[in-house]
Amino acid sequence: MASTHPGVALMDGAAALPRKNGELVFQSPWEGRVFGLAVAMSDRQAYAWDDFRDHLIAEIASAEARGAASDYYERWLAAFEKLLLDRGLLSQEELDTRTTEYATGERDDG
Amino acid sequence: MSHQHAGGHHPDPESYVALRTKALESLLIEKGLLSSDMVDAVVRTYEQDIGPLKGAQVVARAWVDPAYKRRLLADGSAAIDELGLEGRRSPLVVLENTPTVHNVVVCTLCSCYPWAVLGLPPTWYKAPAYRSRVVIEPRVVLREFGLELDESVEVRVWDSSAEQRYMVLPERPAGTEGLPEGELAALVTRDSMIGVAKVKAPAAVG
Repeated sequence: MASTHPGVALMDGAAALPRKNGELVFQSPWEGRVFGLAVAMSDRQAYAWDDFRDHLIAEIASAEARGAASDYYERWLAAFEKLLLDRGLLSQEELDTRTTEYATGERDDG
Repeated sequence: MSHQHAGGHHPDPESYVALRTKALESLLIEKGLLSSDMVDAVVRTYEQDIGPLKGAQVVARAWVDPAYKRRLLADGSAAIDELGLEGRRSPLVVLENTPTVHNVVVCTLCSCYPWAVLGLPPTWYKAPAYRSRVVIEPRVVLREFGLELDESVEVRVWDSSAEQRYMVLPERPAGTEGLPEGELAALVTRDSMIGVAKVKAPAAVG
């Protein structure tokens, strides 16, 4: 399945993907996963890619304004989460509950 | 069969962002909005769009350059650094497959993986079924991947950890003697560097 969003690779400015020698760089596996989740949801028409990009740019700007360490995929995660909540696809409560279940080991599916 | 274990899989608890990402994926799948295969497919597409896997470049170099191969097997991290690929991210041991020895890599306790050279681990690598069964019945698991090994071939299973990761140097397929390094690299699959497949010669591909 090819992604239907050529825009993903073309984002520039603050929203540009970190690259090294022309390759995407994931510092750890969760980064690749959250990258794939956001692109797949857009492929599924859950939102337009531009809407995600706008959220991402806003998260990067807000993190910079408060002087937070620049971590691209943390911003990506925050933008993705916020977009899903805004669209009513998830609730804050179920997301927090599920996160706690993984953190405590109550849920572990690899 | 030997089964080495270096221990120390979880030096740190999983980070909040990793847990949060898991929670998001799990909920989206539960709601029928996504499948993990779809996410795998997106990640794979982007990885392939952005060039060959780094590990494939390492394998192709080792096939064409015997001196490089010796250095790679002696000190995997250092030899990968030589190619400018950041092998030192975590200690990496390269295991050579031969006509008599077949190596296969797993992480029994979690999903330690040499992602600095192989990219992101496939979902099956993280699945409890692969992690437990490949140690107990490697030949059966390899057969399920479509890899039939002669009974005379010794199978070695290597258990990765956060401190010690493994990558397989697959056998160079017959009939590729004249191919340049770049074309050789294109033949090398992720699965062959985990040890669940062999590299096929171009005529046998597709």
